[in-house]
Amino acid sequence: MKMDFLTGLYVFMLAAFIGFEVIRRVSPLLHTPLMSLTNALDAIAVVGAIILVGEGKSRLATILGTIAIVAATSNIVGGFLITDRMLKMFKASGPRKP
Amino acid sequence: MIATEHVIEFTYLIATALFILSLKWLSSPATARRGVWAGEIGMFLAIVGTLLHRGIIDYKWIAIGLVLGTVIGVPLGKVAMTAVPQRTALSHAFGALCVTLVGTTEFYLRAPDVSPFMMSVLSLEVILGALTFTGSLMAAGKLQELLPQRPITYKGQNIVNLGLLAVAVGIAVTLVLHPDRTHLFPVMILIPLLFGVMMIIPIGGADMPTVISLLNSYAGLSAAAMGFVLESKLLIIAGALDGASGLILSVNMSKAMNRSFTNVLFGAFGQEQVAVAGAKEARPVRSASPEEAAGILGAASKVVIVPGYGMAVAQAQHKVRELYDALTKRGVDVKFGIHPVAGRMPGHMNVLLAEADIPYDKLLEMDDINGDFPQTDVALIIGANDVTNPAAREDQSSPIFGMPILDVDKARTVMVIKRSMAAGFAGIDNPLYYMDKTLMLFGDAKNFVGSIVRELSGGHN
Repeated sequence: MKMDFLTGLYVFMLAAFIGFEVIRRVSPLLHTPLMSLTNALDAIAVVGAIILVGEGKSRLATILGTIAIVAATSNIVGGFLITDRMLKMFKASGPRKP
Repeated sequence: MIATEHVIEFTYLIATALFILSLKWLSSPATARRGVWAGEIGMFLAIVGTLLHRGIIDYKWIAIGLVLGTVIGVPLGKVAMTAVPQRTALSHAFGALCVTLVGTTEFYLRAPDVSPFMMSVLSLEVILGALTFTGSLMAAGKLQELLPQRPITYKGQNIVNLGLLAVAVGIAVTLVLHPDRTHLFPVMILIPLLFGVMMIIPIGGADMPTVISLLNSYAGLSAAAMGFVLESKLLIIAGALDGASGLILSVNMSKAMNRSFTNVLFGAFGQEQVAVAGAKEARPVRSASPEEAAGILGAASKVVIVPGYGMAVAQAQHKVRELYDALTKRGVDVKFGIHPVAGRMPGHMNVLLAEADIPYDKLLEMDDINGDFPQTDVALIIGANDVTNPAAREDQSSPIFGMPILDVDKARTVMVIKRSMAAGFAGIDNPLYYMDKTLMLFGDAKNFVGSIVRELSGGHN
């Protein structure tokens, strides 16, 4: 998809504003899971690496791209896993014991 | 063919919406797990959409990469909760590695035909990526105690670091003007790699929450820069969200440490450990045994427990949970006061206490608990030091003056579980320990809390 840089800057700016507003509301209670979750989401960079490797334009692209896929995928898998593990532990007080 | 392109873009659009919802749902523990599922679905859609990309001619290495990444990722998702700070640092390193490698490849595929704007964002991508990579590895090494945790400082450190960064930026500018000078590109990666190491050398343990947040922010920004290079809105947005999150956390942490944000931005932290001149004459402190502590705690009606990194080191959170149970059973109101920089990363204490099954509504932030201390019978401090130091409020000459603290000194009785009278991280003496109402409980946090619990239950059975 073609995109001019100005559009990119608009997208970046709006996303940054949304990010600030949404994340400001995250309770400090959950700041550790927040960091592991944003880290997993950030690993969406894997899509860039996938295209790079798949197009196979050069040997360098294949080698570096594959390492990049490994790094990003481990963040996706590990990041979502540990975030869910952490969130599972947060329980409110009360008689309910799941 | 056009249809496929549209399908791909559509999966990206849905993924973007799901990512934003994911963070929105994280705002409360009640909806937070839904947030993880939204993120997972978004991620899955985006990856499947990408695999439909018609430019892809070979799937072999993609498959190998995805499988290998999963094999590495699963154990990283299953580490013990006490290892979460180093795991987080490591994942910042991985994210940055991915971004740097993709940026490098893109440069060599395009050079010398790179427009000035493209070269600028590409430079930003690899500089931020490279310094985040080594910086995060160093941070993870320090947290895992593979590297010495003591901050190493030397004269002119800031000048050396800023000089390195200036050289990297200079090379970036040269490449923007002359993208055909491809031999400069490896230098532009090597210098930030070195800078990342130098940046973390002066960092001690107590600065880790700030540093991890900052590296989080850098990792996000480098991913957003990569989005510009690849002209991917999805990546720009994900990077911006991650960057914003890291930035908010960095600002929070620097406020909680009373550091100016510019001070933090330039990595010039870890400089304030002025060793307080020699050992002063020993001042008298009152100490107490587990029996005495148990007696006072059992007779209290309101107790606030203040945990710090020492609790994590001693792995005392499960014993603390037993203490919480024993006191609650006696009708004592027990709450926890959590300082934003307690531990080694934002929210560290909350995760450890939640792991020990302590209900999250008993975990209160500094601003919410501080008003309670005057009505508190006992403030029990477990492995925290500087965040309770009243000198931050009163003593203008103190290096931590102005840092917001938990006002434990306003409680009727203060108990401090501590190994010895050795000063805390910053080498700053804590006047709290010499107050008349303070009882020092010397010993290992886990054993000491265990002994108190035994006394409490023994007295009843």
